[in-house]
Amino acid sequence: MNDNETSRTGAVDVAYVARLARLSLTPEETAQFQRQLEDILAYVGQLAALDVEGVEPTAHAVPARNVFREDVARPGLPPEEALANAPSARQGLFIVPKIVE
Amino acid sequence: MTSPAPEFLASIGLETHVQLRTASKLFCGCARAFGAPPNTLVCPVCLGLPGAMPTVNREAVRLTVRAGLLLDCEIGLRSKFDRKSYFYPDMPKNYQISQYDRPLCIGGKLEIEVGGARKTIRLTRIHLEEDVGKSLHFESSSGVDFNRAGAPLMEIVSEPDLATPDEAMAYLLALKQILVYGGISDANLEEGNVRCDINVSVRPAGATRLGTKAEIKNMNTFKGVHRALTYEIERQIRVLRAGGAIRQETRRWDDAAGRTEAMRSKEDAHDYRYFPEPDLLPIELTAEEVAAWRADLPERPAARRARFVAAYGLPEYDAGVLTAEKAIADYFEAVARACGNFKAASNWVMTEVLRALGERQMDIAQLRVTPAALAALIGLVERKVITMPTAKEVFAHLFERGGDPEAIVKEKGLAQVSDTGAIDALAEAAIAAHPSVAADYRAGKKPALQFLVGQVMKASRGKANPQLAAEALKRKLEG
Ligand SMILES: [Zn+2]
Repeated sequence: MNDNETSRTGAVDVAYVARLARLSLTPEETAQFQRQLEDILAYVGQLAALDVEGVEPTAHAVPARNVFREDVARPGLPPEEALANAPSARQGLFIVPKIVE
Repeated sequence: MTSPAPEFLASIGLETHVQLRTASKLFCGCARAFGAPPNTLVCPVCLGLPGAMPTVNREAVRLTVRAGLLLDCEIGLRSKFDRKSYFYPDMPKNYQISQYDRPLCIGGKLEIEVGGARKTIRLTRIHLEEDVGKSLHFESSSGVDFNRAGAPLMEIVSEPDLATPDEAMAYLLALKQILVYGGISDANLEEGNVRCDINVSVRPAGATRLGTKAEIKNMNTFKGVHRALTYEIERQIRVLRAGGAIRQETRRWDDAAGRTEAMRSKEDAHDYRYFPEPDLLPIELTAEEVAAWRADLPERPAARRARFVAAYGLPEYDAGVLTAEKAIADYFEAVARACGNFKAASNWVMTEVLRALGERQMDIAQLRVTPAALAALIGLVERKVITMPTAKEVFAHLFERGGDPEAIVKEKGLAQVSDTGAIDALAEAAIAAHPSVAADYRAGKKPALQFLVGQVMKASRGKANPQLAAEALKRKLEG
């Protein structure tokens, strides 16, 4: 499964992906995830060998569509329940570290 | 006035986010409402609690397609939702459900008018997505209210076809008008229903390639858009003139300072890592469904204005005023049809009705004067049952309390006095009270008659038939 050829070319920028996910990784973890992610991509990459010419791309395996709800408003959670898991709350608001752009 | 340097051209594109007029949110049943206490319109879905599953609000899809049809878009019969990943405290799931490569509406156009010149602005697409929460900033922390999170938001993306801040303003106003006409959005800026991101670049006149653009995020007033663009275009021209280069970056408009400032440059631009939303199934609309929605479209404001000119013989300007709001146009048409006197109907609506509403800061929906009542009032003037001054008095009464104009005229004894005996007496009294004016008239100063007619009208409290009064005066002065 671990095709070295694919490994080398299917470069994954783990540091970049970690930054996007707001993860801070040690150099050892970076190296480990590098290997693991490339293995995964190489595995999934086998699909590239298939001829999918003329096949409509699909995002879902289930042959279902158009699952709608009617536009009717109904009560949600009581405020104390909504805020129950908030690390910090004040005046009905979720309190978070100061947001700076 | 907005083209400060003719040797440079600006290209402006707008991404306008418009909240749809639904009862509930896009993916859950929480009410879409403004002004509720914080975090009282929330549930596991819009709070992004683990395991909560979204379901698409059918009405939000219909309204987005309706907007697309009104804006001449092609409708994407096969559409889907995608996750747009980013971290921000007002987005509880750390991704926003949006549409990436298969939006509901593709292309489209909107016609604007600036300084009498018409211009067509091309649209790129319209997609449906969920709104985010609202953050409030304190001294050492921020607070988040998720009432707005998950509200259905339509993003209307224009091509960079706008060339001036005035055109951008005209585009936003035309967009707002058409969306309100279609009942698609309340487009209420005070309630944050319309927000927009600006893309703007400048280039030397004659250059074929667009310049490097800057993005100005999160504008929530049309006036702010105009000011920010005026500033930013001048800034970019200044940089280019000084031999500098524009950096591709996101800028923030500081309304108090009246300038834009850099927020982040392209190097650390977001990578949203879009991927298909696994919790939502695709949408497939049928051509029949879309055709039925198309058949249900209201007349567009521009078409209605043209029809008012053609069908009712109104001047272009009057037609513009009367069609600015759908409710006013509907009201005018109801009055015009009921009384058959288009000119009078337009005069009454444009002057008395709009003035009275404006004075009280009222909406036409709150107007007590029904179209039938106004039509009846116009009829009373036409048939000379009452004079114009009396009609205005009756209108004031109708405006306060509603009711039937004929009943009011009867009850208050306001019918026009056409009794020649009574008018003769008033004419004699007017001549007696103003001998020098009477002498002027007799000496050939014909306009003096108008003054005496005015006196008769005043003495009759506006009820005398002005024509009969003039005849009586002439008879007495010349006889
Ligand atoms: Zn909810």
